[in-house]
Amino acid sequence: MFDWLFEMLSFSFMSRAILAGMVVSLCAALLGVSLVLKRYSMIGDGLSHVGFGALAIAMALGLTPLPFTIPVVILAAVILLRLSGNSRIKGDAAIGMIASCSLAIGVTVLSLSKGINADISSYLFGSILIMSSSDLRLSLWLGVIVLLFFLLLYRRVFTVTFDESFARATGMRTGLYNTLTAILTAVTVVLGMRLMGAMLISSLVVFPALTAMRLCKSFLSVTLTAAAVSVTAFFIGMALSYLFSAPAGASVVLVNAGMFLLFSAVRKVRMMS
Amino acid sequence: MPLITANDAAFAYDGQIVLSDVTFTVNQGDYICIVGENGSGKSTLMKGLLKLVPPARGEVRLGDGLSQDEIGYLPQQTLIQRDFPASVREVVESGIRSRRIFLTRGDKKRALDMLNLLEAGSLINRSFMELSGGQKQRVLLARALCATRKLLLMDEPTAGLDPVAAREMYKIIEKINREQGIAVIMISHDVQTAALFASHILHLQQTPLFWGTAAEYLETFPGRKFAGGVCDV
Ligand SMILES: Nc1ncnc2c1ncn2[C@@H]1O[C@H](COP(=O)(O)OP(=O)(O)OP(=O)(O)O)[C@@H](O)[C@H]1O
Ligand SMILES: [Mg+2]
Repeated sequence: MFDWLFEMLSFSFMSRAILAGMVVSLCAALLGVSLVLKRYSMIGDGLSHVGFGALAIAMALGLTPLPFTIPVVILAAVILLRLSGNSRIKGDAAIGMIASCSLAIGVTVLSLSKGINADISSYLFGSILIMSSSDLRLSLWLGVIVLLFFLLLYRRVFTVTFDESFARATGMRTGLYNTLTAILTAVTVVLGMRLMGAMLISSLVVFPALTAMRLCKSFLSVTLTAAAVSVTAFFIGMALSYLFSAPAGASVVLVNAGMFLLFSAVRKVRMMS
Repeated sequence: MPLITANDAAFAYDGQIVLSDVTFTVNQGDYICIVGENGSGKSTLMKGLLKLVPPARGEVRLGDGLSQDEIGYLPQQTLIQRDFPASVREVVESGIRSRRIFLTRGDKKRALDMLNLLEAGSLINRSFMELSGGQKQRVLLARALCATRKLLLMDEPTAGLDPVAAREMYKIIEKINREQGIAVIMISHDVQTAALFASHILHLQQTPLFWGTAAEYLETFPGRKFAGGVCDV
């Protein structure tokens, strides 16, 4: 009955994409909990658009994509974080502007450079075929770093997320944590973008956290549930996309949406009983 | 040895000075109450003492015996979102400054002790967002107490409490101040009660109108006017 599952995993590009994708989903979910709770979820979206623009430029100039894209997106992450922390500038509007400009640059560059035969849609909506083994290695490293960040600094991540001014008043270097979170988010977004596409990656950041918050009431349980939901949804999404030859990124997003509805339903039932 | 010294400090938002000429010192064991009308700069001064707002002029200095991570802080009607998923235990324990990944048993006991001190020990496994305003206030005060053994800054700790609970809160704060020798800086609108417990009063109106002992304050004009009911209307 599950023959197709083994068949799916026997393709090396498939198993590579699934492994990398699960690691990226895990990272996105962990970082997403903080980002969503701090009302920074726009940043994930903005970064994916910047990533798309940077990727397009890298392709047009014939550069290897990741070494060019990652630093650009990290820089953007630090800038976007400053913007949303600044109450004088309308942070969300500024992010929207930067995002759409990057997208416009990306589309223009891609359509002007004749030498590239990759189609735009694979960048916008992702492709499991472009995951190389060096991408996989990078994803695994990212996973290790994000997990370490959370394990070692978990208490401080909570303190900063829950009440930043208390954290700062009691001597914590909150800027450092915010910057670290932004950098890790940037790398997560770039790696995930290749699989999920620029348009869809931010859902990996937002959905698991929101889903977990439907049912969980402590920070620890939200974090763990979001991580579990995210990895599960990614795997199911990939399997479905393989079974029905549906686009991978879109399938993963739809499964995530399904999980959200499921958790919401359980919450309704719980509240009624 | 002073814990904090403000020397001719002024504070500004966007270049607009909202509070100026603040000079005072906080010593070990002091119980200072900051009073003044809405918008007179009380919260701003507290943020200045905590280095959340840098002084536009003058300086704010922590004493040699005090580092930033030994200060407890209870923010005004905190800006924490109402729907933040956190248990009371997580919130209180977040006040404990420790570099460890896992808290020691002693740390955990300290968190529970602080909650018990505020007669809120039974809340420990509850969800923070489901508490009433007064219960939240106690939990956040317990968090602030976990963070310090020396200096506690509180921005309107009795806001949102019923009169009995507010009275209780003043007693607890006084006990903490007296028994544990923790210096207290508190913002309050309830001048009469505050003057009863505090050792010093700082009355702000864009600049200090009065700085001295509570007894002196009750003798002077701003004290009488303010304590005489302006607040109670
Ligand atoms: N973040 C800010 N940006 C700009 N102006 C501010 C900011 N915070 C406070 N102010 C201004 O600074 C002045 C002092 O504000 P502050 O919050 O210190 O008053 P307060 O004495 O604590 O009042 P309340 O009793 O209402 O809490 C006010 O005029 C206020 O408008
Ligand atoms: Mg105030």
